Amino acid sequence: MLKKDLGLLILLIVVAGIVAFLNPRFISPINLSNTANLVGLFGLISVGQGFVIITSGIDLSVGSILALLGVIFIDLLTTYQMNWALAVLVIVLAGTVLGWIHGFLITKLKMQPFIVTLCGLLLYRGIARWYTDDGTAGFAFGQSFPTLEWLTTGRVYGVPLTFVAFVLVAIVMGVVLHRSVFGRHLFAVGRNEEAARYSGIRSERVIAATYIILGALSGLSAIYFAMYTRSISPASHGTFYELYAIAAAVLGGCSLRGGEGSVFGIVLGTILLQVLQNLVNLLGIPSSLNFAVMGAVILIGVLADQQLVKYRNARAAARARSALATGDKAPAVQ
Amino acid sequence: MEPFLELEGISKTYPGVQALSDVSLSVAPGEVIGLIGENGAGKSTLMKILGGVAEATTGTIRIDGESRKALTVGEASAAGIAFVHQELNLFDNLDAAANVFIGREPKTPFFRLVDRKRLKAAVQPLMDRLGVDFSPSTPVVELSIAQRQLLEIIKALSLDARVVIMDEPTSSLTVSETRRLLSVIDELKKNGVAIIFISHRLNEVTECADRVVVLRDGRISGRLRGDDITHDAMIRLMIGRDLKALYTPPAAPPGEAMLELSGLRTSAFPDSAVDLVLHRGEILGLAGLIGAGRTELARALFGIDRPLGGTVRLEGREIVVNSPSEAIAEGIYLIPEDRKQSSLILEDTITANISLANIRAFAPSGFVDSALEEKNAMVQCRALRIKAPNVSTPAGSLSGGNQQKVVLGKWLSMKPRILIFDEPTRGIDVGSKNEIYTLMRGLADSGVGVLMISSDMEEVVGVSDRMAVMHEGSVAGILSRDRFSEEAVMQLAVGHSGVEAHTTRGTTPGITH
Repeated sequence: MLKKDLGLLILLIVVAGIVAFLNPRFISPINLSNTANLVGLFGLISVGQGFVIITSGIDLSVGSILALLGVIFIDLLTTYQMNWALAVLVIVLAGTVLGWIHGFLITKLKMQPFIVTLCGLLLYRGIARWYTDDGTAGFAFGQSFPTLEWLTTGRVYGVPLTFVAFVLVAIVMGVVLHRSVFGRHLFAVGRNEEAARYSGIRSERVIAATYIILGALSGLSAIYFAMYTRSISPASHGTFYELYAIAAAVLGGCSLRGGEGSVFGIVLGTILLQVLQNLVNLLGIPSSLNFAVMGAVILIGVLADQQLVKYRNARAAARARSALATGDKAPAVQ
Repeated sequence: MEPFLELEGISKTYPGVQALSDVSLSVAPGEVIGLIGENGAGKSTLMKILGGVAEATTGTIRIDGESRKALTVGEASAAGIAFVHQELNLFDNLDAAANVFIGREPKTPFFRLVDRKRLKAAVQPLMDRLGVDFSPSTPVVELSIAQRQLLEIIKALSLDARVVIMDEPTSSLTVSETRRLLSVIDELKKNGVAIIFISHRLNEVTECADRVVVLRDGRISGRLRGDDITHDAMIRLMIGRDLKALYTPPAAPPGEAMLELSGLRTSAFPDSAVDLVLHRGEILGLAGLIGAGRTELARALFGIDRPLGGTVRLEGREIVVNSPSEAIAEGIYLIPEDRKQSSLILEDTITANISLANIRAFAPSGFVDSALEEKNAMVQCRALRIKAPNVSTPAGSLSGGNQQKVVLGKWLSMKPRILIFDEPTRGIDVGSKNEIYTLMRGLADSGVGVLMISSDMEEVVGVSDRMAVMHEGSVAGILSRDRFSEEAVMQLAVGHSGVEAHTTRGTTPGITH
């Protein structure tokens, strides 16, 4: 585990401890279960966003993708009466295709990730609103999909299956990032793309792959969100969610400069964000301050982390210098 | 030994430039070839062709007798051609072993995971062979530049390199690290690995090269072997004329104290204080090992870092400098070590770079008058003899020497009192070096105090009027010109007095000299 992650874990435990102390309802099974559900929902896109951020990219279109794919998913089930398993497949595939398009524009046509996905944010949101005539997409009365509903909103021993799905995805992605060849290459590309290319790494593929992974996870997440809310008004569904994902990744130790980050950190970042949301409710802080609390904590967290790194570097530099000075004395004399 | 790699009649034309014409070079196992030439002489182009990054316009490359017109990057490394770059291409967010096998990691049979056991097992013997003092799992971010360079060499060895091309490998190494590198080169040589050693540091070339190939204006201007490898011969072939002695005495004896530092302490060495006096009209050299606190001193004087204590007097008046803008207001200017990073905006024009620090002077009405700006830039370009098509040329497209002159032009248009040069000619070719020395002398003669930080022994001994040698954050000694010698500088730099140095001589391991 990285030192960074350890620091975040301690922060999380401290914050959770304080909240639990101030309002014991925090650790009530129902509250924990609800929070875990939200962690699962937001975690999927946060992990994907983290991968993109490690390449020093960014994806702003996630929230709009959730809205667009969400309304299409509901439409497939209601208007077209499609088999739900097939519909799930179609939506995940659609997310993958959108990610592939982003990756293509960024790596092959050399567009900036910010621009590509900002346009995506506007485009998908617009299409989603047009698709439903700006109305709300929802299930017809009496429609039910027991298996799908159990898989997406069900709980086992109180543990929401969204959270289980997220944990599984996080474990797989953790292995991919920290143990696989692809993960190695991802870190290399994020730090120095040119050098990576000269080392024989197909850096364009690596970068495009992260957008595709995020696209697929967004598709999956769109289904979970759609089943969670059960009705989607495309003008507001998922707005700002890309920023939650970015915030979780950054809080979890991903640097926007690229080349840094861990899946465990992103998981902790996501949990911390949801605990903060929860804290606002439980401690009777006006809910209008919700964003302000989040912003303040992220700011302080990243600031503290930077100061720690600076301090560590200064100490390491001092050590290196003293080693250098003593090491130089002997052999330099001729 | 038979050469395994031959370049024959290589020419390379870029639009409007003949970068190489009719260059031939052969490489045999276990030989060290020094490749020298001024910047722009075609060394990098030649190496790019060898590495498969660029394609020759005409000519053939023969590897083990098999001719081909061009190589790809993959073919070059398959043929055993490896690079140790000037700008090291390591990933500091990965560990040492990961860097060695980046792009060709050993994989587990399932899932394409990195097989970390095999990775370490493959790297460790190479590390042992070069006797490095770090482990395969050390993060690169914790390695010194010298260690990183060794890691690059290990990477080359792991690729079964038959020829390792080293581009300015010693430019940021300390003396002992350089010695270490030279002994590694020796070791490689014994194992039949050929080395192409590109360097501006002729001492090292003399020491390690079996033969020297000199490039000038894209042609081979000469080849030297054995005892013919001398400074004079190399310089003559590089610049096509004899270089006059570096030192020009000042026009008048140095005058009163311009800058006096007493008890100045920087955060790098909180416990060491610097006392130093810079006189009007002199070039004061500041020598020492890398990491002796010289750059930190310059940064403190220029207001980038705050000194922890001590006083600075400028022309007798005590000043406090808290930011570069305050230093500039006092007429203290810094020409930093890292030209591309700290001195220039590479994408901007020469004009924009020259007026950058003084933009208000070109905006009498509050709006920038670009005609005024350009006029000033042209004056500086003429005075400094900057070689560029026009003043709208981007600074990044100039050669190192001309870039440095643009930096100088920026400060000279603002009437300097004190100029601090930090490694003024690092990576600059011999011809431009001399021009910069002449400019420094001219400035000193016009009454500017010049403080020159330099790790280049030839430069600091050859150019300074007086020399201060730093060791671990304080001035270990001041040398007057008649006491200048590389030996004297080195002894002060490592914190030895002369007597001690003699007693340690001979008992020190690892010296082959």
